[in-house]
Amino acid sequence: MAGKTLYDKLWDAHLVRQNEDGSALIYIDRQILHEVTSPQAFEGLRLAGRKPWRIDANLATPDHNVPTTERSGGVDQIVDPVSRIQVKTLDANCDDFGIVEFKMNDSRQGIVHVVGPEQGMTLPGSTVVCGDSHTSTHGAFGALAHGIGTSEVEHVLATQCLIAKKMKNMLVRVDGELGAGVTAKDVVLHIIGVIGTAGGTGCAIEFGGSAIRSLSVEGRMTICNMAIEAGARVGLVAVDDKTIDYFRGRPFAPQGDSFEQAAAAWKDLVSDEDAVFDRVVEIRAEEIKPQVTWGTSPEMVVAVDGTVPNPERAGDQVKADGIRRALKYMGLEADQKITDIRLDRVFIGSCTNSRIEDLRAAAEVVKGRKVAATLKQALVVPGSGLVKAQAEAEGLDEIFIEAGLEWREPGCSMCLAMNPDKLGPGEHCASTSNRNFEGRQGFGGRTHLVSPAMAAAAAIAGHFVDVREMMNQ
Amino acid sequence: MKKFTQYTGIAAPLDRANVDTDMIIPKQFLKSIKRAGFGPNLFDELRYLDEGQPDQDCAGRPLNPDFVLNQPRYAGAGVLLARENFGCGSSREHAPWALDDYGFRAVIAPSFADIFYNNCFKNGLLPIILSEAQVDQLFKEVEANEGYQLTVDLERQVVVTPSGEEFAFEVDAFRKHCLLNGLDDIGLTLQHADEIKAYEARRRQEAPWLFDAIHN
Ligand code: SF4
Repeated sequence: MAGKTLYDKLWDAHLVRQNEDGSALIYIDRQILHEVTSPQAFEGLRLAGRKPWRIDANLATPDHNVPTTERSGGVDQIVDPVSRIQVKTLDANCDDFGIVEFKMNDSRQGIVHVVGPEQGMTLPGSTVVCGDSHTSTHGAFGALAHGIGTSEVEHVLATQCLIAKKMKNMLVRVDGELGAGVTAKDVVLHIIGVIGTAGGTGCAIEFGGSAIRSLSVEGRMTICNMAIEAGARVGLVAVDDKTIDYFRGRPFAPQGDSFEQAAAAWKDLVSDEDAVFDRVVEIRAEEIKPQVTWGTSPEMVVAVDGTVPNPERAGDQVKADGIRRALKYMGLEADQKITDIRLDRVFIGSCTNSRIEDLRAAAEVVKGRKVAATLKQALVVPGSGLVKAQAEAEGLDEIFIEAGLEWREPGCSMCLAMNPDKLGPGEHCASTSNRNFEGRQGFGGRTHLVSPAMAAAAAIAGHFVDVREMMNQ
Repeated sequence: MKKFTQYTGIAAPLDRANVDTDMIIPKQFLKSIKRAGFGPNLFDELRYLDEGQPDQDCAGRPLNPDFVLNQPRYAGAGVLLARENFGCGSSREHAPWALDDYGFRAVIAPSFADIFYNNCFKNGLLPIILSEAQVDQLFKEVEANEGYQLTVDLERQVVVTPSGEEFAFEVDAFRKHCLLNGLDDIGLTLQHADEIKAYEARRRQEAPWLFDAIHN
């Protein structure tokens, strides 16, 4: 019998019941809740008179709607009345049901996918769900993690289980050494460019190979975060010593002997040598350059030294139409150089790139330089209160402020612009987030996805530049 | 959950690939804490020329005349014809809520994003996967014939065109059963409460740290 993939092992360990028709009941160890996708789930529970199955498996924090400017006045000071109601509703629901919540001004508050691992709530070998598609992030630690809809949030609250069907196994292997200035973000954007936004549909993608192994756990989180942008609900990276060390001393991780016992079990969270994948994609690390998306889907991506594609050379009709539509929306010309795209705003943040290493990488680029005068705004939004405190302890905040970037409070911010941080119509933004869909960062806004170092370089130049050139200066 | 057995209605063609959930229902409308009322803001940025605000009356807003659902011939459409990777992007269930609230009962496409596909079933909205060639044919027929209607028969798992041509589709037995009978997933799962408890007892031995409480 062939060996098991990491995904197979995680699935088997959580199988409560296998139905004959292929559906199954799987056990959920951890659920994270935020204010946007939970209110209707709590309401559903109440209407049906149901109680949560295991309260202490849940953790909540508001992130999507919270303001990132000074907010010591608390929730009552949130200007947008609809946002305020949503954050208050989360607070009230958590208080009512007794769910632990890091409220807006708790120093541990932040973006759900930054907070979960940071607290050791996410653990290797666990199942983690959240009403948010970027839950795939947590797979970087060898956890089976994916986004769910609100009905499923309610289902997990009520039963601690999910009705699921086993996905296919896909392996994306990146071997070789990444060049200087090429980051995890560039790797994942490149992968999406190769396999497309539906390339992983129906699959759990395991990211492997020497280039992935050599990444830090934070870099691996960036990769798994965007698995969903390749169509895969689940992204995974096998457990190694870096993973295990990450969890030492985290508040909700096991401590002492219990940690050693857990760590011994976690070592098995790798795909067996002889495991069989339904699909394998191989990529050479040396071929990856810093990436920039030019269009309205993450697969519309090229290297920074490239040009915007020409629909005339697209091959098929649906593709050509897609390119034309994107060019029009983005206000770009076919064959235009990427480095000629002028920017209005820069956003460094989001669950993809708002952790300490991301902020360090951006700070290194802007240190001793000044943001281009043509830029309207450059924002740095840390992923959590703890990331913010760490950055301040390292003096990164001062580097940013001195260079002319704004240093903000933690939250999702301009990643999806549900709070006041947004693009105006027609504005171009270099963003470290994960989605460049039409209107994502504000009505009519034009998003270009890049790494933190590339966003920082763009902030200095006012247009895209190859960060590798700037690093040599 | 809402039942789905058979439905016949006007089909509307949305001819673009990778329609994402931000497009189906822009984020400003996710601030609602209710499940209903998203219909007027379905495809808001495509449908209207101005920027929509939550709690706004949409009746007086300028419509985009080029958008397909604004054409009188597709008024009251109940079947949405779409292209590949429909519903990609976020996990927001507001997307199927908006489609349902607008009046759609089924969406036909060559492929769907996983989370969206799953969310549809929870809301009595039927996502149907047909081959690229079949979807192409339906697009041509819809565009050529005003008042074109499709019948979706879940029991028999077929889409029937006005000429009587039938296209078979696949659907999970469990999901089909739930939709046909309007069953509540949570109620069904709780019938297996003993098995869940047995699993917990077993797992607690193997991996006790997973049962440490999330505490303050
Ligand atoms: S940062 Fe962006 S992608 Fe991440 S959870 Fe928040 S809104 Fe979603």
